[in-house]
Amino acid sequence: MSTLVEGDVRETGPGGPGKAQLSDRAKAERTLGWKLAGPAFIIMLAVTAYPILNAVWLSLFSYRLTDPTARKFIFLNNYAVILTDGLWWMAVLNTVVITVITVAVELVIGMALAMIMNKIIIPRRTLRTIVLIPYAIITVVSAFAWRFAFAVDTGFLNHTLHALSFGAFSDTYDWFGGRWSAIFAICISEIWKTTPFMSLLLLAGLAQIDGSLEEAAKVDGATFWQRLFKVILPNMKAAIMVALLFRTLDAFRIFDAVFVMTAGSQDTSSVSLVAYNQTISRVEIGMGSAVSVLLFLCVLGISAVFVRSFKVDLSRVRGE
Amino acid sequence: MTAVESNQSKKNMTWLAIVSIPIMAYTLIPILWIMSLSVKSSATLADGKFIPAEVSWDNYKLILTGDAHSLFIPALVNSLVVCLVATLISVVLAMFAAYAIARLEFPGKKLILTTALAVSIFPVISLVTPLYNLWRAVGLFDTQIGLIIPYLSLTLPLSIWIMSAFFKQIPWEMEQAAQVDGATSWQAFRKVIVPLASPGVFTTAIITFFTAWNDFVFAISLTSERARTVPAALAFFTGASQFEQPTGAIAAAAVIVTVPVVILVLVFQRRIVSGLTSGAVKG
Repeated sequence: MSTLVEGDVRETGPGGPGKAQLSDRAKAERTLGWKLAGPAFIIMLAVTAYPILNAVWLSLFSYRLTDPTARKFIFLNNYAVILTDGLWWMAVLNTVVITVITVAVELVIGMALAMIMNKIIIPRRTLRTIVLIPYAIITVVSAFAWRFAFAVDTGFLNHTLHALSFGAFSDTYDWFGGRWSAIFAICISEIWKTTPFMSLLLLAGLAQIDGSLEEAAKVDGATFWQRLFKVILPNMKAAIMVALLFRTLDAFRIFDAVFVMTAGSQDTSSVSLVAYNQTISRVEIGMGSAVSVLLFLCVLGISAVFVRSFKVDLSRVRGE
Repeated sequence: MTAVESNQSKKNMTWLAIVSIPIMAYTLIPILWIMSLSVKSSATLADGKFIPAEVSWDNYKLILTGDAHSLFIPALVNSLVVCLVATLISVVLAMFAAYAIARLEFPGKKLILTTALAVSIFPVISLVTPLYNLWRAVGLFDTQIGLIIPYLSLTLPLSIWIMSAFFKQIPWEMEQAAQVDGATSWQAFRKVIVPLASPGVFTTAIITFFTAWNDFVFAISLTSERARTVPAALAFFTGASQFEQPTGAIAAAAVIVTVPVVILVLVFQRRIVSGLTSGAVKG
């Protein structure tokens, strides 16, 4: 990502070569362009680049807010501590598991939803409207709704499963008592909340496919699955990649649902929650900054993998 | 052949209509569930029934006028102030930026859009540690301004993106056409451009507002009491006594902050969908 931005500066930065040949009008347009877009650009940088650089700096110190006089430069020691700590790797594993499961399930459900929404005629408006509801709900509220639904005391899911399985499923099963069952509950909440967004992105891609292609395949006797994998999916690759990239990055920074549903108990911390606990609960600013920087690097890494291996041209994702 | 085909497509339609019912149930169940919890009395709260046996407004009374109102009402005010101000600032700044991106030729356009994208995929929590340290030093910790500033990192890139996609679809030549027809620049702007651009601006504002309204990370990290917003306050709700779970109160508060937003989304469904997906598939 950062190399992309730098490359851009060199190519098209203001004051580059070729300025002399410009007409007055083009010059005035350049100036006006930066005058209009400049403030937004500077503020975007100020609220993100400055803090992250500050975090890189702070991560090199042993610095606890309650004891500022003991602040000491320790170079990469914080990173060494984190990367050799089981807690960090546990959080990484949890985050990766949650990301992979939620994104994979959302892709399948989202695709199915998009195809239904694309074809459906009768409750078309109603379906498209209702599907948007999870998007409109605050993540914290969704997490609470699912926490209360899974809970042993107030929940209804245990009773429902108990009844549906003719008593085979215990109605006092404690979902939040074990690591993977708690992560399952977290995944359900995330999947519910974000599938609509996924399906809308996919629907937009689906709507752009030339209908005659599928029709032709149908006439040639292709089955539903052949049409899906040979015609539909290859033709909306760009939309799928964009949806996957967005959701993967979004899932990887998961915080709200974990905080509300388990608060990291039973070894269910996510990477973001580890950063929060270091900084806010333990006021270890140096350590918290180091975790933040590592998380930032993970996100950069994921974006780089997507951009490289799937050739997603990010600047053309929106707007351009 | 045609009869068979139309017969088959009719069958398909019926089948799709039937499939849409479980989909709707799936999206509605959690919201109905939280509504159901919010009207359960403390006696029936743990009965595990999806449909409440009787409707009680105790939880709403508790958070609106009762013991918990001193926690909930200020949080609601904070949420509204912080989100509206952040949205206003973002939309105004993005309006200028998007106009420049859509209409003017200048170097660095791509840089601005790429930066907006990079900022929007930024892990929010990474900003929290340095800001927490800085805000404590400069006295912005636990203030509304201390939330509005970091909210811009969520709202501004989103506004720039959505609005530039909208502005690119505006037939700007109409402004010149109006001027040729004898309208002054101001008239051309007011009568032609404003009506064409305002749906895009409005949609951007709604989506931007949601994003800010949804924030939890900044809200719990950078506030402790006075500037706490609703999502953060919900997470720190406590029961009337140490032994009482605040489930009912949380559910009622959740319904109050959710229902208006859901209605807004349902009313402006079409525009929101086009805003969320605009340009996303051109890549």
